[in-house]
Amino acid sequence: MIKSLRSKLSGNNFLLFVTIILFFVLYISGMVIFQDKGFGKPQVFLNLFISNAGLIIAAVGMTIVLITAGIDISIGSVIAMTCMLLAWMMEKKGMDAWLSIVIVLVVGVVFGLVQGFLVSYLNIQPFIVTLAGLFFARGMTAIISAEMITITNKTFLSIANAKIYIPFISTVTKKGKVIHPYIYPSVILAIAVLIIAFVILKYTKFGRSIYAVGGNEQSALLMGLNVRRIKLKVYALNGFLAALAGFAFALNSCGGFVEQARGFEMDAIASAVIGGTLLTGGVGNVIGSLFGVMIKGTIESIITFQGTLSSWWTKIAIAALLCIFIILQSIFASIKRKSK
Amino acid sequence: MSSQIKKITKYRLFWPLVCLFAVLVVNLIRTPDFFNISINSNGVLYGYLIDIINRSSELIILAAGMTVCVASSAGTDISVGSVMAVTGAVTCFLLGTGDAYNMPYALAVLAGILAATACGAWNGFLVAKMKIQPMVATLILFTAGRGIAQLITGGNILYIKVKNFKYLGSVLPGVPLPTPIFVAVAVVILTSVLLKKSALGMYIQSVGINAKASRLIGLNSTLIIFLTYAFCGLCSGIAGTIATSRIYSIDANNVGLNMEMDAILAVALGGNSLAGGKFSLAGSVIGAITIQALSTSLYSMGVSADQLPVYKAIVVIIIVSLQSKEFKKFVKNISLKLKITGAGEKVTQ
Repeated sequence: MIKSLRSKLSGNNFLLFVTIILFFVLYISGMVIFQDKGFGKPQVFLNLFISNAGLIIAAVGMTIVLITAGIDISIGSVIAMTCMLLAWMMEKKGMDAWLSIVIVLVVGVVFGLVQGFLVSYLNIQPFIVTLAGLFFARGMTAIISAEMITITNKTFLSIANAKIYIPFISTVTKKGKVIHPYIYPSVILAIAVLIIAFVILKYTKFGRSIYAVGGNEQSALLMGLNVRRIKLKVYALNGFLAALAGFAFALNSCGGFVEQARGFEMDAIASAVIGGTLLTGGVGNVIGSLFGVMIKGTIESIITFQGTLSSWWTKIAIAALLCIFIILQSIFASIKRKSK
Repeated sequence: MSSQIKKITKYRLFWPLVCLFAVLVVNLIRTPDFFNISINSNGVLYGYLIDIINRSSELIILAAGMTVCVASSAGTDISVGSVMAVTGAVTCFLLGTGDAYNMPYALAVLAGILAATACGAWNGFLVAKMKIQPMVATLILFTAGRGIAQLITGGNILYIKVKNFKYLGSVLPGVPLPTPIFVAVAVVILTSVLLKKSALGMYIQSVGINAKASRLIGLNSTLIIFLTYAFCGLCSGIAGTIATSRIYSIDANNVGLNMEMDAILAVALGGNSLAGGKFSLAGSVIGAITIQALSTSLYSMGVSADQLPVYKAIVVIIIVSLQSKEFKKFVKNISLKLKITGAGEKVTQ
């Protein structure tokens, strides 16, 4: 019993465990410290999802790429390009909202396919390919429009502002009014992506081959897996998810501008790493990344609730956390090496 | 004849030089007075070429540091841009925004560069001692660096009023060339002497090719990797000092923005493998100048700063694809096929 528990909690599962505990510790301490300001309200918790829906989707894609021992640092720019393209098509060209959404998703897939081709078939390091992708997408954003475009499309805004009230949970205001907490469609999108990715990684052949490729490419080849094809698919999938994250992002921001989502890829990588994904490949899961995103969101809302701390403290706090997790990972890795 | 061509194409710097040459030739066609250099009223040389070398100084210095850490650990340091901001923040904070410096200029610059070296040493500690993948290890400072810089400056943009602060980033009175060029040349010469005249360069290569094997033959691979990252930090510090002097202020959010990306590209364009091992400092310098030449020429063609990345990305992808092994194999196969069919025709004759 103890042995099985220990094996379950060993190594990377333990890291996931630590991540989840840390999230609860952070959140509960926030609730205790800012009790009078209403940190404990269910809406505050749901706001974590609302403001980070795009990051959850992006982090899921990033996790999958990281598991194959690759990396994609272009997603921040792809998100900016998606938002701008969406806004441009609807506002400047008067296109239908649904058609525009489909088009940007296709653009995302094509972008991912090209990057995947360069990585898997030309054997160029993913870092360099996606670095070029980062430059390309950011530049394209500026070429589409140098000025900010605000989305006023009615269909789009009705999706963006559709409040979905959660039944069974409610708070009562001082005046005796019953309020249900709400979420937006972008949250449902993010949760759906998360569940689908979890199922794919855990229960399908494709998911297992992703882990195999990341664990050891040579053995994956010897096993008869088409490594190149799998990598191509993973990058295409990530391109799609980046565009989807861009859509979720546009739902929140209702507009596109050149500097949007700068450095977003690093947030996604940090979330995945805090969630226990290794950059060397083969190890990681999307649940961990979700908690990575939630931890970042909690730190941000604690700093907002505190009121006097400046925004740069978020960066420093996240970096410090990242540091702790990375050192924990390295300690576990060295223990594992020694026990072998 | 063909063997001579083969010899030339096998030369390490051949492709990087061809790329630089191609960029320059395109420029010459677009703007015929591209290579003109004249003297302006202040007795300073100016022209496109001078401008390119002047503007690429920081990138050359960063690329020098990046080259050695790529060579020793097969990893990139993505914190260099943030470290530049930290350096500028420390220097400007110490100098103060008054009409006179709060402390001697040299001392403040030294403190800034020391802070950068400490940042590099921290990266080196994580990579060499804690055995953390370089990208993740440097991600910490990439995220925190600008935060720390803002912490030092209190979130403000600090302007330096004293006039001689600008000398490092522009021109010294009476000298016909911009100062950053001298700094870049000095850094490159010092680095290459250090790497070529001592065995250090070879040690770095051997650690980069196989750290385990190097340890077994008695090299302290941990120390060598640590030193390369500390050196990279030092280089970021020098580049940061120049960048702050150029705009005589510190803007923690924008100093060195995206410079880490440009530095990595410079190393890749210089024909260096990002997988570690053999490296060429000269290649990286050429790569850095190529990137700057590309930017300058695109600006002169009327491309806006925001749109520039698109063309940069396309050129980079073309260059890197041309240098990739798979592409070379592909070309070889085609030329082989051509030879075979050619030989076949001869036989039938």
